[in-house]
Amino acid sequence: MAILIIAEHHHQHLGAETAKVVDAAQQIGGDIHVLVAGSNCQGAATEAAKLANVQKVLVADDTAYQAQLAENIAALVVELGRDYSHILTAATTSGKNFMPRVAAMLDVNQISDIISVESVDTYTRPIYAGNAIATVQTTDPIQVITVRSSAFEAVSQGDEVPIESIALVKDLGLSSFVGEELTKSERPELTAARVVISGGRGMQNAENFKLLEGIADRLNAAIGASRAAVDAGFVPNDMQVGQTGKIVAPDLYIAVGISGAIQHLAGMKDAKVIVAINKDEDAPIFQVADYGLVADLFSVLPELEQKL
Amino acid sequence: MKVLVPIKRVIDYNVKVRVKADQTDVDLANVKMAMNPFCEIAVEEAIRLKEAGHASEVVVVSIGPNTCQEQLRTGLALGADRAIHIISDEMPDALNAAKILQKIVEKEAPQLVILGKQSIDSDNNQTGQMLAALCGYPQGTFASKLVLEGDKAQVTREVDGGLQTLSLSLPAVVTTDLRLNEPRYATLPNIMKAKKKPLEALELGSLGVDIKASGLKQLKVTPPASREAGIKVSSVDELLEKLKNEAKVI
Ligand SMILES: Cc1cc2nc3c(=O)[nH]c(=O)nc-3n(C[C@H](O)[C@H](O)[C@H](O)COP(=O)(O)OP(=O)(O)OC[C@H]3O[C@@H](n4cnc5c(N)ncnc54)[C@H](O)[C@@H]3O)c2cc1C
Ligand SMILES: Nc1ncnc2c1ncn2[C@@H]1O[C@H](COP(=O)(O)O)[C@@H](O)[C@H]1O
Repeated sequence: MAILIIAEHHHQHLGAETAKVVDAAQQIGGDIHVLVAGSNCQGAATEAAKLANVQKVLVADDTAYQAQLAENIAALVVELGRDYSHILTAATTSGKNFMPRVAAMLDVNQISDIISVESVDTYTRPIYAGNAIATVQTTDPIQVITVRSSAFEAVSQGDEVPIESIALVKDLGLSSFVGEELTKSERPELTAARVVISGGRGMQNAENFKLLEGIADRLNAAIGASRAAVDAGFVPNDMQVGQTGKIVAPDLYIAVGISGAIQHLAGMKDAKVIVAINKDEDAPIFQVADYGLVADLFSVLPELEQKL
Repeated sequence: MKVLVPIKRVIDYNVKVRVKADQTDVDLANVKMAMNPFCEIAVEEAIRLKEAGHASEVVVVSIGPNTCQEQLRTGLALGADRAIHIISDEMPDALNAAKILQKIVEKEAPQLVILGKQSIDSDNNQTGQMLAALCGYPQGTFASKLVLEGDKAQVTREVDGGLQTLSLSLPAVVTTDLRLNEPRYATLPNIMKAKKKPLEALELGSLGVDIKASGLKQLKVTPPASREAGIKVSSVDELLEKLKNEAKVI
C-alpha cells in the first residue's frame, strides 16, 4: 500500500498545507510519495523531500503545470495514481479544483475535506456547514481524498529523500491562463496564523479595516473577514472565513462586528480561544465566544491597539 | 447557445440542522427546503446570459425525488425556459450525479453547463469538476465573473491567493462562487407563468446510465464538539487580562 500526495506549492516553495497532509497520510499508514507538479518547481520539490515520513518525491516540471490548470494536473495524477491505494491533497482551492476530476476519471467518489483518519478506509468529515460530522467508509479501489489542513499537525523535518523526475507532460489545451490578481500581504497566511482578527459588516467600509491592522501587527495576526464584508467590497475575496471560504483554527480568533451566522462559524469555531466584539448583546457569535465584549467597535479597537 | 443548469434541492441555508438521536443521519423531517444557494447564482447567471443575447435557451435539471420539482419550478419562475426532472428516490452521490448529468449533456448538447460550486448539505464541492472530467470539457470553478467571447468563456475564479482568470474553450463547465451575481427573486406573475412552462420528468432507467452502488458508506453522523458560550467581559482591560492570564494566548 502506498499513498500519493499531490503537493500544494508555489513552484519555488512548498505550501504549508502539504506537511499537514503528510500527517493525515501517516495516520493511514504505508509508503508516502509526494508529487510536485509545477514549472521551475525544484524548490518546492526539495522542501517536500525534507518532510518526515516521506519516502520519495516525484517532480513533473513543465510549463503545462504553471497555472495548475485542473485538466492538465488531473490527467497527470490519474496516470501516476493508478498504482496507489490512496491519493491525497489539501482541500485548498487548487486541490478542490483538480481532485474531483481525478476521482471521476478513476471512477470513484472523492472524500472531501476529511478532519480525521479513523482507519485505513474510514474518515470523518464535516457536513451541513459543520453542524454535523459524518463518519464515512469507502470500498473504492483507489481512495481519492482532500484533507482539511487545519485539522492536522504539520510533520517535522526528516532526512532528505530522493527526488525523481517524471517526464510526463499533459497539456490538454482545453483551457489557458489569462491572468491573476494575487493579494500581496506581509502578514502570516490566514490558514497558518496563530492569531486571526476578522472584521464583518460592522466595520462599515474598507477604510475602517485599517483599524484592525495595528492590532494585527502587534499580535502578528492574519486578517480575515465575513462574507458580508467581502461582498460589500471592503476587502478581497481571499480573506473570507467560513463554510465556503477559508477554514481557520488559530489559537486566538477575534471577531469584530461579525454576527456569527452558521456559515461564518463553520470556518472558525475550531479556534482555541474566540473573542467577539459586537455592540449587539444578542449576536449569535457570543454563543461560541470565550470572551465577549458588548461594545462599539469604533471605540474598542483604538483602545485595544493602544493597550497591546 | 443553450445553457444547462443543474440545481439541487437542499435544506434552507438558514436552518441549523440537528443530528438524529440514533446518529444515522441529520433530521430533515419538517425542515424547510430550498434551492442550493450556489445553484440560485448559477440560474441567475444563465438568465443574464440569455438577457444579454448570448444564450438562446436555459434548461434547468434536477436529480432526486418528486419534491425536486418545487425547485425546478422556482428555476422556471426565475426565467429558465424548460426543466428536466430525473426521478430518483435517493439523492445520488456526486459521482452518480455527474454520470447522470453527463447523459443530459449528451442529449441536450449545451455549450455551457453552470453548476453551484458546492451543495450546502454534503459540502462536497465535486459534481461540476466530475461532470467536466466525464465530458472531457474544461472547467472554470469558483467563478466570480464570466464573459463569453466567440467560442471561448473567460472565467475569473476566486482562489486562495486572490483571483485567477482562465480562458476555456466551449463547451465548458463553470461552477459559481458567491460573488458571481446577486440572484433575483421570482415575481408572482412569473411564478404563475412558470406553471405553464415545460417540465419533463425522466425515469433514471431511461437514461442508460450505469449507476453503481456508492463506494462511500455513511457509518454514522454525530454532532460536532459543542462549544460552550464563555463569559462577557466589561472592558478592554478585562479582556486583555483574561487573554494574558487565563487563556494565555497573548
Ligand atoms: C451559501 C452561503 C454561503 C455562505 N458562506 C459564508 C462564509 O463562508 N463566510 C461568512 O462569513 N458568511 C457566509 N455566508 C453569509 C452568512 O450567512 C452571513 O450573511 C454573513 O456571515 C454575515 O456577515 P456579518 O456577520 O459580517 O454581517 P451581519 O450579519 O450584518 O452582522 C454585522 C454585525 O456587526 C455588528 N455591528 C455593527 N456595527 C457595530 C459596531 N459599531 N460595533 C460593534 N458591532 C457592530 C452588528 O451588531 C452585527 O452583529 C454564506 C451564506 C450563504 C447563503
Ligand atoms: N442531485 C442533483 N441534481 C442536480 N444538480 C446537482 C445534484 N447534486 C449536485 N448537483 C450540482 O452540483 C453542484 C455541486 O454539488 P456538490 O458536488 O454536491 O457539492 C450543485 O450546486 C448542483 O449544481
